[in-house]
Amino acid sequence: MKRFIGFIKKEFYHIFRDRRSLFILFGMPIAQILLFGFAITNEINNVDIAVLDHSKDATTESIINKISTSKYFTINELIAREADIETAFKKGKIKAVLNFEKDFSRNLIKEQHATIQIITDATDPNTANSITNYINAILQNYQQDKNKGIVVEYQIVPQTRMVYNPELKSVFMFVPGVMTIILMLVSAMMTSISITREKELGTMEILLVSPLKPFQVIIGKVVPYIFLSVINAAVIVLLSIFIFKMPVQGSLFLLGLESVLFIITSLALGILISTISETQQAAMMISLMGLMLPVILLSGFIFPISSMPVPLQIISNIIPAKWFIIIIKGIMLKGVGMAYVWKETLILIGMTIFFIGLSVKKYKIRLE
Amino acid sequence: MKKENVIVAEELTKAFGDFKAVNAISFEVKKGEIFGFLGANGAGKTTAMKMLIGISKPSSGQATVAGFDVYTQTESIKKNIGYMSQKFALYDDLTVKENITFFGGIYGLSRAKIKEKREQLVSELGLENISNKLVGSLPLGWKQKLSFSVSLLHEPKIVFLDEPTGGVDPITRRQFWEMIYKAADQGTTIFVTTHYMDEAEYCDRVSIMVEGKIEALDTPKKLKEQFKVDSMNDVFLKLARNIE
Repeated sequence: MKRFIGFIKKEFYHIFRDRRSLFILFGMPIAQILLFGFAITNEINNVDIAVLDHSKDATTESIINKISTSKYFTINELIAREADIETAFKKGKIKAVLNFEKDFSRNLIKEQHATIQIITDATDPNTANSITNYINAILQNYQQDKNKGIVVEYQIVPQTRMVYNPELKSVFMFVPGVMTIILMLVSAMMTSISITREKELGTMEILLVSPLKPFQVIIGKVVPYIFLSVINAAVIVLLSIFIFKMPVQGSLFLLGLESVLFIITSLALGILISTISETQQAAMMISLMGLMLPVILLSGFIFPISSMPVPLQIISNIIPAKWFIIIIKGIMLKGVGMAYVWKETLILIGMTIFFIGLSVKKYKIRLE
Repeated sequence: MKKENVIVAEELTKAFGDFKAVNAISFEVKKGEIFGFLGANGAGKTTAMKMLIGISKPSSGQATVAGFDVYTQTESIKKNIGYMSQKFALYDDLTVKENITFFGGIYGLSRAKIKEKREQLVSELGLENISNKLVGSLPLGWKQKLSFSVSLLHEPKIVFLDEPTGGVDPITRRQFWEMIYKAADQGTTIFVTTHYMDEAEYCDRVSIMVEGKIEALDTPKKLKEQFKVDSMNDVFLKLARNIE
């Protein structure tokens, strides 16, 4: 045990004396969570739009008013001619143009029917889609206000309610993903690099010749990273609670346990990577390409898995991050307990055992 | 008085597929002896040594190190040997003192013992002023001497040195060999690989490996007589030519 403590102490010296690894360990999580929280967002806020009003009557004015007073849009430009629409878009600032037809009020009253054309800049399709939806919603709202008291014979009124994230804050979606990426990165990449570094320096040989057993060496290298990853997870959760007002509906204790499980899964992956790579560079490349990309693309962090093609949906099952994201989204946003996430938890445990078993096997082959 | 054998190898072989990196080598090393293990690069020296220090399993043959079997008792072997590799192998980002403490610790020395050893070692090597400096900032020669001392920390019966003087200047090499003599005088067996033939002259006995086999094994003096040459360098060249 005393040997072991000495070993861990040495590992901490390595970490704290290397500025680069310190930065990856503590700077990156904070930077990432702030970036995803503030800068990268799917929400529509203060989007600049332009208006081309051919009728300029009371109705169009009140619609324009309604739109410009919403927090979603700012009317940036009033366009006089159809030909100027193109120029307005090309300037790059506005994202949509509202085009009211001629005699809007009159048509509405006489023919019960008037047209607004919504033209959006679809260079960014998601934003264009959202803008259209938001404007539609505002128009419907306006219409309902107008039709108050008038009896319509048949009408279906959908009542939508967004549960678990009623304000549709995108940070709620990003926090679980960022937490997953960071835990994966710190645990898997940092351990695989630190183990391969000992190989490169030749100290691994010295350690293997010492009375320490190989598994003691590996555990000694891994324990500090478990400790640091837990701190990281805590920092991320605290940041999301206090800065982004993200609720943790479920049990913090369960969240902690699941995080430790995922950290161990990632460490096992890191050990596996270190058994197949000889240099620190190789370990880093494998970690980045082999772990980061799948985590970002296939874990459901940004792109919903259900809308992927079937082959990709199948592949996504072998990515540990996918299961962890399901678990923490469940705990943080829905407040579910073990009864709902036991399946995902078992999958993670199974994967961990598999990775450790595979590393042990690889390791033995090397020693033969 | 006949000294006991601390390393005995019989027909020790390591094969990678069809290729025999070490081909049925047999030899004994006596207690307190400085045993030179020579050979060109790729002759199988390092592979043979790895089997003896318990990090590589032999394909066939027998060997005991410090009385323990290389197949079944590697744990006991590891407690009784020291090892220094051709790559310098202390931690650059730890200080001199921290390195000593760490390596003492993994060999299970008590805290008091580590402290005693650390002070002794620092004063012997004259490192008092820099004992709190990072090892990475020391010149290579000092690092290597320190590395050797660290491999002796737990007072092993046998020390394995894998090309310990690679890349070091002649004066430091000389000092290094003085340290080796001193350790041998105190009863430590030294098993050293090298390809500096002048260093071979310092050994009590040398073996020369060519293509996985031990082609010559005796005292430097007798080897020179046997091959009728003046230096170990010529012994080596003659052997290598005969094989070709």
